[in-house]
Amino acid sequence: MTHAEAAVAEAFRQEWGKIVASLIRMTSNWDLAEECTQDAFAAALTKWESDGVPDRPGAWLTTTARNRALDRLRRSKTEAAKLQEVAVLSVPEEPAAWGDSGVPDDRLRLMFTCCHPALTLEARVALTLRTLAGLTTAEIARAFLVPEGTMAKRLTRAKHKIRDAGIPYRVPPAHLLPERTTGVLAVLYLLFNEGYSASAGGDLMRPDLTGEAIRLGRLLAGLMPDEPEATGLLALMLLQDARSAARLDAHGELVSLEDQDRTSWDEAKIAEGVALLQAALRRQRAGPYQVQAAIAACHGEAAQASDTDWAQIALLYGELRKFVPSPVVDLNRAVAVAMAEGPEAGLALIDELAADGGLAAYYLLPATRADLFRRLDRREEAAANYRAALELAPTEPERHYLAKRLSEVSG
Amino acid sequence: MLLMCGDETAPEIAPHPAEEGDEAEPCWMPWAREMQARGVLLVEGSQLQPSSAATTVRNSGDEVLVADGPFAETKEQILGYDVIECTDLDEAIYAASRHPVALAGGVVEVRPVLASV
Repeated sequence: MTHAEAAVAEAFRQEWGKIVASLIRMTSNWDLAEECTQDAFAAALTKWESDGVPDRPGAWLTTTARNRALDRLRRSKTEAAKLQEVAVLSVPEEPAAWGDSGVPDDRLRLMFTCCHPALTLEARVALTLRTLAGLTTAEIARAFLVPEGTMAKRLTRAKHKIRDAGIPYRVPPAHLLPERTTGVLAVLYLLFNEGYSASAGGDLMRPDLTGEAIRLGRLLAGLMPDEPEATGLLALMLLQDARSAARLDAHGELVSLEDQDRTSWDEAKIAEGVALLQAALRRQRAGPYQVQAAIAACHGEAAQASDTDWAQIALLYGELRKFVPSPVVDLNRAVAVAMAEGPEAGLALIDELAADGGLAAYYLLPATRADLFRRLDRREEAAANYRAALELAPTEPERHYLAKRLSEVSG
Repeated sequence: MLLMCGDETAPEIAPHPAEEGDEAEPCWMPWAREMQARGVLLVEGSQLQPSSAATTVRNSGDEVLVADGPFAETKEQILGYDVIECTDLDEAIYAASRHPVALAGGVVEVRPVLASV
């Protein structure tokens, strides 16, 4: 890679979302904004090669993209284009940052617009990846295992909905902000989880998506410094991602948390996650992401599995269910209780959960039960539950793991 | 446009229109006042007669086919409509969420009118 190519690649990571976001603000035309930003990067490749990399690559790219948009609007004869042209000329190129004047960063507006609840969840995720992260339609399609044409249609439909339904391009006013922020955080975490434990297909992880989710989470936490849940989510993603190298063994098989080689955990990520979590908690407005990050930190800070403070984790799951009452949270709490007080205590909680029926199709219910029976050396019950879990497990590595355990207790 | 939908047989969702001489304020008045105060312009709107009064019309070749009843026999019916003017979807969502039909458990569909400029 030449110096210029490296500079363009770096600028792409740093500036893409910013430029698209400001062009959308100027033109209200999402396609135009994306295409002109794309053009600006293409121009940079040749121009920076011959003339050298400019001092402020971001400013160079923004100006190039903006001029390109003006050119195209001038050549177009429609009334709408004329209005957009006037708008571009009258809008300042670089609005002040949030802190200076209360004017939010364009990327924050873009994030809230992409994650508007009037769009389908799939559309929110795809739009966020396309406009903010700069992934191509083909890349997003690949990440979600759909044909490129399907993804292109999804993106087009979403952009039309934004335009036709009048979804505002702004950071929501105070009375909507908490609810909408929750929506943005949910999209980022979904993106992370889609990468971390792929919901379909043969791969257990898709690191490209976890990387993008962390990058966007970092951006959001930076843009919303007063929102401890944004920081909490970033901490949570870092703490989980820190363990990713240890989650699969050399054969691509899932390794349980207990058996993971903790020396291959990413200490820098754990340290950063813990520091972020502490900063968030100091604001004394707890929320579900901070609690989950605290749970992840309990694991991350245990040098050996036996050092894990399970009593604390059980308490934290108790806190979490106040924010997100969910049988999955209850199941995790049961595991923590089992680890702190013994498998029987956990099994009793799981029996209650099974009676509720909310987790009937969730493979981790029988898998957890099987694991606790295995610890009690009640092999037949363990085997029966591993078999039940095998029927429900969604991906190949999970099935492998369960099959391996099943053969252990059957042997 | 806000299209109000719900079970028309439920009195809390589709109240009987006020009789003549009825002094009570119609249930949508507080909503209308609130919207006005927020700068949402109420262009027009009305509750509709029950779907038993509906007639469906379609063309088939040269023939006009007329049928009794609404175009879709469903558990929920169109109860009424309001045309409002507001700045963006968030404002429309707020107006819909505060509408008496929504507060009574009905559903409100928010639809932009084509070329409303």
